[in-house]
Amino acid sequence: MRHRSLLILTTVVTTGALTLSACGSRDDDKGTDSGKKTTVVIGVDAPLTGSLSALGQGIKNSVDLAAKTANKNNEVPGVEFKIEALDDQAVPASGQANATKLVANKDVLGAVGPLNSGVAQSMQSVFDKATLAQVSPANTNPALTQGDKWGSGDKKRPFKTYFRTATTDVIQGKFAAQYLYNDAKKKKVYVVDDKQTYGAGLAAIFSAEFKRLGGTIAGTDHVTVKETDFSSTADKVKASGADSVYFGGQYPEGGLLSDQVKKAGAKIPTMGGDGIYDPAFIKASGEANEGDLSTSVGYPVEKLPTAKKFIADYQAGGYKDPYAAYGGYSYDAAWALIQAVKTVVAANDGKVPDDARTKVVEALAKVSFDGVTGKVAFDEFGDTTNKQLTVYSVKGNAWVDVKSATFED
Amino acid sequence: MNELPQQLANGLALGALYGLIAIGYTMVYGIVQLINFAHGEIFMIGGFGALTTYILLPSGTSLLVAIPLMIVGGAIASVAVATAAERFAYRPLRGAPRLAPLITAIGLSIALQQLIWGFYPEAKAARSFPEFHGESFKVLDNLAIQRADAFVLILAPLCMLALGVFVSKSRSGRAMQATAQDRDTAQLMGINTDRIIVMAFAIGAAFAAVAAVAYGLDKGQINFEMGFILGLKAFTAAVLGGIGNIYGAMVGGVVLGLAESLSIAYIEEIPGMQQLGGGAWSNVWAFVLLIVVLLVRPQGLLGERVADRA
Repeated sequence: MRHRSLLILTTVVTTGALTLSACGSRDDDKGTDSGKKTTVVIGVDAPLTGSLSALGQGIKNSVDLAAKTANKNNEVPGVEFKIEALDDQAVPASGQANATKLVANKDVLGAVGPLNSGVAQSMQSVFDKATLAQVSPANTNPALTQGDKWGSGDKKRPFKTYFRTATTDVIQGKFAAQYLYNDAKKKKVYVVDDKQTYGAGLAAIFSAEFKRLGGTIAGTDHVTVKETDFSSTADKVKASGADSVYFGGQYPEGGLLSDQVKKAGAKIPTMGGDGIYDPAFIKASGEANEGDLSTSVGYPVEKLPTAKKFIADYQAGGYKDPYAAYGGYSYDAAWALIQAVKTVVAANDGKVPDDARTKVVEALAKVSFDGVTGKVAFDEFGDTTNKQLTVYSVKGNAWVDVKSATFED
Repeated sequence: MNELPQQLANGLALGALYGLIAIGYTMVYGIVQLINFAHGEIFMIGGFGALTTYILLPSGTSLLVAIPLMIVGGAIASVAVATAAERFAYRPLRGAPRLAPLITAIGLSIALQQLIWGFYPEAKAARSFPEFHGESFKVLDNLAIQRADAFVLILAPLCMLALGVFVSKSRSGRAMQATAQDRDTAQLMGINTDRIIVMAFAIGAAFAAVAAVAYGLDKGQINFEMGFILGLKAFTAAVLGGIGNIYGAMVGGVVLGLAESLSIAYIEEIPGMQQLGGGAWSNVWAFVLLIVVLLVRPQGLLGERVADRA
């Protein structure tokens, strides 16, 4: 008897845990059944739970908005768009499992996501084998589109199904170094990264450019993702006499690092890439974050005339979470897929063809339209042709843009 | 090397935090030989309990008033969850093979995380926690103790002292020792062992709540995942000090904290070791230390106090 109650209890607890964790991924994606229309599903893969969920929810909602807008405008006659949003928790293995799941659903003709470059690496080949188009609104690692040897100038596109609407870290890292050295007049920087594909890559590109400009690297250190105590690293920063910190990584660690550097007594700004450009960074970095800097891809969405409608629609959409750093890019990524589907369907007498996935990939490479974030088009590597960047600074508990420019080498 | 005092202080503060959480692992293990892997989540619940208390207080309440109330609120939440877990998840499994409660503990840990994730408002990302304002205490030229660190450095020894007195002097404490030595005999001597076991869970949970408040005050934020890594580290500290030994938990915590802090600062200054230093390697060195200690002294640094178990 004892053992039966044991079994029942274990089962109940485990089931409870599984049910609860499943709640996250099953939201309101039960669209209305629309009779004659063909359903085309746009997959979404992003961290919908966990510490990066603020960004992930923004991505999911923006894609949802794009799909709803397309349905409302009857953008592709005879086609009803739906989204299927999967949670990768910023873990590469989950991303790969999600990619496999999306590939298996024959209604999926394209996917938006993921957030993290490291997750994208594990998804690319799954999508490539199934010739399913993937458009990331946020990946910035150069290797994803230009191959592992991009650093030596030997650029080779590894996967023809992968596209992105965000520009790369080569551009972002150099842009940050130029701003910190030329505009902010910092000459001695301490570089910290989180050992991830995105963070380490960005920190390396930044360091090389900063040295090339004539600056000094006062020291380097690495932190571990999900750790929260960086006080020892912060003391090393202080002891090094650096006048600024560059952090390659995401906002949970970046915010805490900024806070702890200041608590250690070094009143110097922390700069980072788009991974820290989030309101959550400001929450995490405590009181003394005034003057911290970040770069992010594109111009501030709020200032673009092209984004006014997006912002208004998003607000009208009643989404619980803000569109966050990648909302505009996610909308554009989804819209690029919708445009590709439109081209394919139009070329096939208004029906979705049998080899729709292959055709969508081909059509996507030629997409060109004015999106929320400016002109949306892809070059021969699948990279966006849009090289606009912005530096943001923390002022009065908000990110304020201080410099926007189109990057020039 | 002039940052050494500062690095030692960092390590001590981190270690005191590990030690406070480790008490919960070690007491429960000492009495029922169960590794309560949900203890990290008990710590996390303590943090959310404290945050709830803070939110319920009228805005503008001084931290001096708020913190004791937050500790009480956090402790109520974590003790309630821990005792409920004992009653409904672990007690039915008492006498079952050891693997069963271990699996339950892991399931419970995931369930508690998801519970906070799903039902606590805005807990899907980090939630801000009140922070100490003002400058850190300047002790020496090259040593400044941050307020949150001072808080944990003062509170941890006090908690330990109180626990030590309780266990060795009070009637319940002695009953606890007896239960740890031999539960069946203790029961025959008229000790209500069920009550003692609940007490062990409750004390561990209360200490975890204190640690959670210290953690929140230091980092300025808490999140539903924070129990995982800290719970693992605290468990390591408990093993390092000698699981089952309450003083060992504190010693293990401090040793672990110092090892992490010093390895970040100094390993890379050793010639030929540049590649193996810094924050990236701190966990490696902490666990290397654990392995070395367990190889040389399998019972942990202080050893298990109840040595005469059959």
